[in-house]
Amino acid sequence: MSNTFIEILRRALDEELARDPAVYLLGEDVAAGGAFGVTSGLAQKHGTQRVRNTPISEAAITGVATGAALCGLRPVLEIMFIDFATLALDCLVNQSAKYRYMSGGQLAVPMVVRTQAGAAGGAAAQHSQSLEAWFTHVPGLVVVTPSSPAEAYGLLKSAIRLGDPVLFIEHKRLYAMKEGLRENAELPQIGKARVARPGTDVTVIAYSAMVRNALEAADELSLSGISAEVIDLRTLVPLDMAAVAGSVSKTHRVVIAHEAVQSGGVGAEIAARIGSELFDELDAPVTRVGCPFSPIPFAPELERALLPGTPHIVRAVRELFG
Amino acid sequence: MNEPATPTLSDWKRMYRSLWRIRIFEGQVQRLAAAGEVPGFPHLSTGQEAVAVGVCAHLTREDTLFTSHRGHGHTLAKGSDPEATFAEILGRGSGLCRGRGGSMHLVDVANGVLGATGVVGGNLALAAGAAWAAQAKGEASISVVFFGDGATGAGVFHETVNLAVLWKLPVLFVCENNGYAEFTSREEHSNVKLVSAFAAPYGMPAKTIDGNDLLAVHAEAGDVIAGLRRGSGPFLLECMTHRMAGHFVGDAQHYRSKEELAAVRQKCPIERLKRHLIERGVQERDLDAIGEEAKQEVMQAVARARAGPAPDGATVLEYVYSAPSLAGTPG
Repeated sequence: MSNTFIEILRRALDEELARDPAVYLLGEDVAAGGAFGVTSGLAQKHGTQRVRNTPISEAAITGVATGAALCGLRPVLEIMFIDFATLALDCLVNQSAKYRYMSGGQLAVPMVVRTQAGAAGGAAAQHSQSLEAWFTHVPGLVVVTPSSPAEAYGLLKSAIRLGDPVLFIEHKRLYAMKEGLRENAELPQIGKARVARPGTDVTVIAYSAMVRNALEAADELSLSGISAEVIDLRTLVPLDMAAVAGSVSKTHRVVIAHEAVQSGGVGAEIAARIGSELFDELDAPVTRVGCPFSPIPFAPELERALLPGTPHIVRAVRELFG
Repeated sequence: MNEPATPTLSDWKRMYRSLWRIRIFEGQVQRLAAAGEVPGFPHLSTGQEAVAVGVCAHLTREDTLFTSHRGHGHTLAKGSDPEATFAEILGRGSGLCRGRGGSMHLVDVANGVLGATGVVGGNLALAAGAAWAAQAKGEASISVVFFGDGATGAGVFHETVNLAVLWKLPVLFVCENNGYAEFTSREEHSNVKLVSAFAAPYGMPAKTIDGNDLLAVHAEAGDVIAGLRRGSGPFLLECMTHRMAGHFVGDAQHYRSKEELAAVRQKCPIERLKRHLIERGVQERDLDAIGEEAKQEVMQAVARARAGPAPDGATVLEYVYSAPSLAGTPG
């Protein structure tokens, strides 16, 4: 049986609420199911104290979740769109991320901020961004970017059980994606990438929804005899450089693909790391696929014209083979 | 829980000593900062000590306290060890936070001090969150947050008050209204003269009192905290006070007139309590002896703190995450 990304997130939250009385959900409309229906039915089942509606006050609710985490709760906060996390940045960057360090290890912030990102369906410039790179620049935060429903299930559970503040970034384009769950599978370790498709000629590094594009690109490239290995990073912090090195030392060619603006993106960090740590392994320059330096437009034609996707990855790989 | 008992003379003497401990402690922070021994830029609460002492007298170890960049007094009044606190301000390995926090990030979990935060207003929602945790777990403890009038300019103040009332959280908002937000007077910051006026629209009870009068602070805080423990929901206690020192150590306060500063010195909360206790028959020399004891205690703590070990540079990457592996292999 397969379920959508949204249904599988709901199942993970439901099970964590039942497993650990310290887990609480809060956010705008979450008791009513949330803007995307992820928490639908959970307030009825676990009560409105455990699944709690909040005012539209991102700064305060992030602070409340952080303060509660300091005192032994494991809050799962929903920030409806990552674009709205801008309103919570003081707390996330200055408080949540740093509390363990500033207190010399006296305190911890075991909190998950579930948020939703990416462009799809004309959500336009303030509801479509991919801002993950900002958070990867803040020591103390963990950044998780699931690429499929089954991945999201395990990663969300692992994130809730971690002792650190986690940005759990869901891509809206994946919400309707269906996938079956392997029952009783071991939960993934936060910080371990996975090989989404093995290959020998080129490594395509991706995360979140772009993993699907990378897999489509690999299918297309295989028709012309190019065997692409797809690495799904799963988490951006920690960054699994060992997995990257394992693949690059086999294929010697790399394309890094993400939907976020290419300039200053996560791909730039990975490219730099490959350049300095794996230079001798490379048979070609490391290349990147990312969004041009532009806000996300509204009109579907413009959105399509801007966003990177499968053809961009295929083209980038072909260029490596001259 | 019972209503707060009327303090005895020995209670007042203990609080008199607590005021002096803070005054002497911060005097040493100032002296050593001027001598270059204190890293960063500490902020002193000199002149505002009665708020810290009067409120914290009603708190237990289990109650959580959040404070601001001006938080030495609150930390000491809650009962933190002056040596470990001073060692942290000096950046010693023996400090409360092992030298990771400093003056603006004092945390003493064992004593319920969940921390000072250096971003104005950043502590308010954290305190509400701690109150939520206590409420959710069915604990009797309350949460107290100290902040300045300047913090009411931040949107998060209003967001937090609204949420705290909605959720009926056991949190006490204590505003130390010292008339200045950093270098700029309240008149230039806001058309709302009293911070307590912000409470009514959200349906929160509030009161403005003389924060330099320890008797008033102690009495009012006692009533309010007893109410919070009975589940009456959040309260805003505005304590009008005066900052004798600058915004930070080294601020010459050119924006305040000589006359204003002289008038502020006349409002010293320690002198005020002293006069009151003398009127009630306490011998001045007894009070002076208490002040001297406080001085000796703090000076010895400061000496031990200064002799504490420097933190080991090899440990600098500890405490970033719950496990070192979560930092990955940073480039």
